[in-house]
Amino acid sequence: MTHFVVEGLKATIEGKEILKGIDLEIKGGEIHAIMGPNGTGKSTLASALMGHPKYEVTDGAVSLNGEDVLEMAVDERARAGLFLAMQYPSEIAGVTNSDFLRSAINSRREEGNEISLIKFIRQMESKMKELEMNPEFAHRYLNEGFSGGEKKRNEILQMMMIESKLVILDEIDSGLDIDALRIVANGVNSMRDEDRGFLIITHYQRLLNYIKPDVVHVMMQGRIVKSGGPELAERLERDGYDWVKEELGIMDETVGQEA
Amino acid sequence: MTTQIVLPVELDAVRQTSVNNGEPAWLTESRVNGVKLAQELELPKLEKMKIERWDLSNFGQQREGYAASAQQLPESVASLVDLKEHSNLIVQVNSRTQFAQLSPELAAKGVIFTDLETAVRDHSDLVQKYLHQAVKSDENRLTALHSALWNGGVFLYVPRNVEIDIPLQSIFVQEDDKTTFAPHVLIVAEANSRVTYVDNYFSGQFDKSVVHSGVAEVFVQAGAKVQFATVHNLGTNTIDLSYRRSIIDNDGSIEWIIGEMNFGDAMSETLSILKGNGSLSDMKVIAVGSGSQKLNYTTKAVHFGKSSESQMITRAVMREQATAIINGITKIEKGATKANGEQTEKVLMLSPKARGDANPILLIDEDDVKAGHAASVGQVNQEQIYYLMSRGISREQAERLVIYGFLAPVVTEIPMEQLQQQLQGLVERKLGQ
Repeated sequence: MTHFVVEGLKATIEGKEILKGIDLEIKGGEIHAIMGPNGTGKSTLASALMGHPKYEVTDGAVSLNGEDVLEMAVDERARAGLFLAMQYPSEIAGVTNSDFLRSAINSRREEGNEISLIKFIRQMESKMKELEMNPEFAHRYLNEGFSGGEKKRNEILQMMMIESKLVILDEIDSGLDIDALRIVANGVNSMRDEDRGFLIITHYQRLLNYIKPDVVHVMMQGRIVKSGGPELAERLERDGYDWVKEELGIMDETVGQEA
Repeated sequence: MTTQIVLPVELDAVRQTSVNNGEPAWLTESRVNGVKLAQELELPKLEKMKIERWDLSNFGQQREGYAASAQQLPESVASLVDLKEHSNLIVQVNSRTQFAQLSPELAAKGVIFTDLETAVRDHSDLVQKYLHQAVKSDENRLTALHSALWNGGVFLYVPRNVEIDIPLQSIFVQEDDKTTFAPHVLIVAEANSRVTYVDNYFSGQFDKSVVHSGVAEVFVQAGAKVQFATVHNLGTNTIDLSYRRSIIDNDGSIEWIIGEMNFGDAMSETLSILKGNGSLSDMKVIAVGSGSQKLNYTTKAVHFGKSSESQMITRAVMREQATAIINGITKIEKGATKANGEQTEKVLMLSPKARGDANPILLIDEDDVKAGHAASVGQVNQEQIYYLMSRGISREQAERLVIYGFLAPVVTEIPMEQLQQQLQGLVERKLGQ
């Protein structure tokens, strides 16, 4: 049973502290949403959990099914079951989408037990169809020349093919029109599973109309300042963030910004 | 005061060998002249690299005796060729022809494909007309020495209007460090002919430095199309000095595909002289450097013809302490109106000790032209590595994907599948150590 625990996580970028002690617990089958205005540390949390080299974790612990995530290199975290759909995925010329995905899948398999080409192609084609992606994208270079929406769909395609235990979606809804949002949300919903947890990072409530969260967290100043059920997201959509700030006596919700 | 240059050859010995080998008088004279020029001329000036510091003392001994061809395909090259009845292949080991085959169909059409020494005997006038006319012996000490010492090499002659679909292939192998390693490739494609030529260079591991002095000359006559592919895979102690040059007449075209996969120091210059109106040149170079290799690769296009076009792309990957100086020169002469020249040089460095330099140069003496260049030198992008690793791919594999991706725009454009695979394999070998 998937069990993901973050305790007192602190992280800095270039010496500046962005995460000031994050606590989270996500069990298999649960969907958690992290909401909050820009510049409050949401994406930093996603990157620090995945192990982006620019972020230095200075304190705290992260475990996935009892394994110490912070001890692991980025690829080990991925193979242990962590997946991050990125806000700004890299473009890599010369590497086709399908070659990349096959390498990713095979990295989880023993040598000599690689996925057969036919099986892989079938899987990829069917998932691409679900996401209403042009089949041609399989042979395009990874994210190169993809529009913002195409990149997001491609992230979801990877999520569906790789089948991780704990999926983090970092602003997967930004830049998507309503049709694309529905398609992406359907993709995520199709992956809901007793043994899979989700952490969805978003500015807007609208994604949560399509993907129903179990727990909603509000992030400000590098901390989770409020948590609640789906009704919290609805209130944020209706009333914005000012009431939260008022309630907590926060003047400036951002963290690590230059004055 | 003149400095006495100690040459790796002696004039009398060169003359005597030529006579002993039964070469025609014009060739003996050309060789002797080469030695004389070598005494007077300087080494070429390389961009940002001192060739004077390279050990160029061992040009080997000239082989005595005419190299009759044995019909035995050496085992070491068997994997490189898919020998069929219609294959056209010449294999030379230590400059001796070990295997030669030209399909009867092509021979019947008047195609000549033999080792160059045989061509000198059988088609003396034809060879004399072209030999050293593109790469001239009086350019510098290296071209002079080559004209004095060349042995081995091939002559490919395609008569007017003959179109050949199957590639013609030659393989040059150097197994000893004593025989001169200086093959000369001479290609004449007559008007409206079409041909693809592919060659491979290999050498063993030697205890001392050996020089490979190579020249390829390609004459593309009006309306002819030539594809010229070459893969250099010489050993650590072989110093590769190669000049490749083509002269292209009206509406002719040449496509160069070059794999610089050597393990030793290397200098090469590939030059297309776009003499004719509407002539085209396309150059694709991939290079991988490792160890402490010093590499200096130049691609160059000189436009004389109106509406002539050139494309040049070089991608080089440097690992360990390898150093690469990559030069691209586009020269458009006055009168070459509507000419278009584009070039790109990119170097990817895999280690902090690897060095790379890309020097794009445009020299334009005509107003009504188009020309462009792009160059970059950089390390592997760590964001890309992070992205790939975040999907479970190991760092090693991620780097490999990024490197192959970097080379892919050249590799995937190689029109011959077998060559594409061979290059892919060599890149893997050079990067996988």
